[in-house]
Amino acid sequence: MYPFEYIEPSTLPEAVAALAEHGPDAVALAGGTDLLVMMRADTIRPKVVVNIKRIPGLSGIAATNGDVRVGALTLVRDIEKSPVLRARAPALSEAARWLGSVQIRHLATIGGNLCRAAPSAEMAPTLLALGARLHLVGVQGQRVVPVEDFFLGPGRTVLQPGEILVEISLDGLAPRSGSTYLRHSIRPLMDLALVNVAAYLALDAAGTITEARIALGAVAPTPIRARAAEAELCGHTADPALFERATEAAVAAARPISDVRSTAVYRSRMVRLLTQRALAQTLAAAQNGHVQ
Amino acid sequence: MKKLMLSLAVNGQVYDVAAFPHRTLLEVLRDDIGLTGTKRGCDDGDCGACTVLLDGLPVTSCLVLAVDAVEKTITTIEGLATAGQLHPMQQAFIEHGALQCGFCTPGLIVTAKQLLEEKPDSSDEEIRAGLAGNLCRCTGYVQILAAVAACRDGQLAGQTEAP
Repeated sequence: MYPFEYIEPSTLPEAVAALAEHGPDAVALAGGTDLLVMMRADTIRPKVVVNIKRIPGLSGIAATNGDVRVGALTLVRDIEKSPVLRARAPALSEAARWLGSVQIRHLATIGGNLCRAAPSAEMAPTLLALGARLHLVGVQGQRVVPVEDFFLGPGRTVLQPGEILVEISLDGLAPRSGSTYLRHSIRPLMDLALVNVAAYLALDAAGTITEARIALGAVAPTPIRARAAEAELCGHTADPALFERATEAAVAAARPISDVRSTAVYRSRMVRLLTQRALAQTLAAAQNGHVQ
Repeated sequence: MKKLMLSLAVNGQVYDVAAFPHRTLLEVLRDDIGLTGTKRGCDDGDCGACTVLLDGLPVTSCLVLAVDAVEKTITTIEGLATAGQLHPMQQAFIEHGALQCGFCTPGLIVTAKQLLEEKPDSSDEEIRAGLAGNLCRCTGYVQILAAVAACRDGQLAGQTEAP
């Protein structure tokens, strides 16, 4: 690893100022599980590393009556184990379980996973399906961005120089709603997802689908919503034909590529399979309240 | 660039080290402090040979800057034996022949020790998942899993004195 200037701010404004001052020469260090690998491989050679982990208040999970707030520096391992998230957003805890090894999950942060903007990012599809909001702080002040508007491409986000993701907020599951995260990889553990899918369904008292969100990862330059598939579902009562139409729409929304890990054709087939399973499991979860 | 004075609490002892900010905890443990029980395998966070406990939790020390370990407690394989007695997990690895070349062993033992401390009744499946980040290229894992299960079940023959 090449030497760099190390800055360890103790407040958010200091961190924002340091990152803004050094612009493209600076990187923010959170968990470091991707950053240090890239720096060692000389994929990136930052002149300045700003360690944001000593800033108080950027980690932790808190639930109010309405929403659940997750600090950006919350460890993926804590997302996995959190009783609050297991009750209010179980698919997010489930997704955390699949990220790397336990050693990596004790370092990696949910914010880092999002800011890295990998198309296969383990935490992204569930947050898209749950309609999460990202709270950013920069030199211009604060702004809130829906998670689906955050990603621009592989490794690219809407973050401006000096801007830091500080918090993720989401509406916890209401009665008669459910969510599911499913992923497929060649090895069951310690492997990036070839395809990952998250689904969210909310039902009314009569069983009609009032809200539906389906998110797909690793099949486009960014994690995406399958909006046409969602539109198929809303306002209808679940039945196999309806789910089949929605699944077809999800497959159509995917734009997978062939790479070292999979072919495009295989990824499309996995989108079909995982979407079918995710919808069935999500419907069952919604019908049983919201506990998976 | 200048060196930073780092105070690192390793195995209950404080070490003052002058190190550049780009040095990893793994490098400083091995090269500056001389605790070479922690191994450098892939240096990429994939193999788990460099696992240490940071504030009691297993992490890959190749992915931690040494400066980031200041004000935290660090436990390496050298810190497990107490009063001349091996830790039960070390004892279990010996009794079950759970090592050949030994390169992965320190990382496996500290990871397995914390796994059972966090959940003493871990199932075999949970042990496998918990050790997924520690690669062994010699044993085929069978003896390793047997050693951890024996430690969980309290089925150890006797204590061996620490070297």
